Amino acid sequence: MSRPDTFHWFARLLHWVMAAMVISMLFIGAGMVTSVESKHTWLLAIHKPLGISIFVLALIRLGFRLTHPAPPLPDDMPLWQKLAAHASHWLFYALMIGLPLVGWGMLSAGNFPVTLGAGLRLPPILPFDPLLYAWLREAHRYLAWLFFLTYLAHMGAALMHGLIRRDGVLQAMTGRRAP
Amino acid sequence: MTDDRQESHPPARTTGRWIAIGVIVAAVAAVFGYVGGWLAPERLTPKRIVDALQANGGDHPGFRRNHAKGICVTGRFESNGELAAFSTARLFGPGNTPFVGRLAIPGGNPYAPDGSIPIRSFAIRFDLADGEQWRTGMNAMAVFPVTTPKAFYDLTVATHPDPATGKPDPEKAKAFFGAHPETGPFLAWIKTAKPSASYVTETYRSINAFYLRDAAGQRRAVRWQIVPEQGPEGEGGAAAGDADFLAADLMKRLGQGPLRWHLQMVFADPGDPVNDATKIWPDGRKTVDAGTVVVDAAEAQADGPCRDVNYDPMILPRGIEPSDDPLLAARSATYADSFLRRTSEEAHVPGTAHPKEARP
Repeated sequence: MSRPDTFHWFARLLHWVMAAMVISMLFIGAGMVTSVESKHTWLLAIHKPLGISIFVLALIRLGFRLTHPAPPLPDDMPLWQKLAAHASHWLFYALMIGLPLVGWGMLSAGNFPVTLGAGLRLPPILPFDPLLYAWLREAHRYLAWLFFLTYLAHMGAALMHGLIRRDGVLQAMTGRRAP
Repeated sequence: MTDDRQESHPPARTTGRWIAIGVIVAAVAAVFGYVGGWLAPERLTPKRIVDALQANGGDHPGFRRNHAKGICVTGRFESNGELAAFSTARLFGPGNTPFVGRLAIPGGNPYAPDGSIPIRSFAIRFDLADGEQWRTGMNAMAVFPVTTPKAFYDLTVATHPDPATGKPDPEKAKAFFGAHPETGPFLAWIKTAKPSASYVTETYRSINAFYLRDAAGQRRAVRWQIVPEQGPEGEGGAAAGDADFLAADLMKRLGQGPLRWHLQMVFADPGDPVNDATKIWPDGRKTVDAGTVVVDAAEAQADGPCRDVNYDPMILPRGIEPSDDPLLAARSATYADSFLRRTSEEAHVPGTAHPKEARP
């Protein structure tokens, strides 16, 4: 069972599994749109099913998070840091759910089949509209940038908690209390 | 508690930890920058290829960056069922499959005279009954000039029109072809090729190889071609000075009835190259006629149904699979870039040029 100063084991499991998936996804996306070799093809083939997997797991995680509150942040944390922490966490949820939806919607608006491999295909969620495609494709790019920058800030902040402040915030997610 | 921390970590040690955090964050950002190409300017990206095509064809917002001049056609594929034994793709079973196609000429200039280049192209998106799609971009030529995306990029750069003459520098082109012996079969073909007076008398080929997969899971390498039923009728050529004779000819012929091509699958023999579009497969390969491509209507591309179709040859139904021809991934990546450019221009996304009002 979880202690009040650490996240529930299921929340920690989802966090680390999804961290690996999301970071892979960001690098795959950046690599596939800037390559013309055969890796373009297989990166694209991973990108779509991985994105849908993140979408589904993010919904499960959001449900779990809403029913299982996170451990409180240390009392001595400056207010702006607390606000930044909360805002970035909810931004992550919005991006984990929104970015796959924008990708799915963009392929739908472009009238591209949304293939996931192994013969699986998702239905379109938007009607054919090439102008909407262009807007969503650009949104997909810039939201991915926002996701990457937020991830860098998140990682930097986590390391700051673990190495500088040593206040147990990082351990709340790694599951080991500081000595 | 704050005091405890400061006691156990003298400032020098804390500074070191801050530096370590900074290095880790910067390293992740740098790897991302490398993967995304921003820190790898030498990488051949879709953007560089499309930029090179655009540099040759000129700036024509809203248009395709290659094969810019063309006309939309619609019709259906009438399958005869012969190919169903070789591919599980639904359109090869009995019945008809509607399509949206596009006849065009290569090059990035939508106002180029039809007689300026001896190649025509036919792109088709088949809309299968089960919601799958098959998109193919075919060219009326024997082989492709180059094997790799890099060579295609170099060819595009080498044939960039000289601003002074409006024509490619013959020395640069000569140097390119001299350094690329794989262009031999293409050069031999184009020497004898003449600009046809009609779209509808041409045979269009997939050029790249693909695989068909049958119900038992066996795959076979193929190239396909669509062969016209209509013969060259009094190949008198186009009237001199007419730059747009292809569209006029198409409309005239459609006024007399539908136009037909036979979709033929040509099967590789063992040893035939399936990853090299510069190599002709010898005559006499097993060929299966899969049915008839029937065109019964055409309309200008400005408002036609083909305008906002990306004829990405990697969009394939189950039963047709890509080969490891390196051009296929590059075609997919660059077509996507061209498609985003022109749809962004249509959508007036900030930072894009606006399409001109009057467009052919």
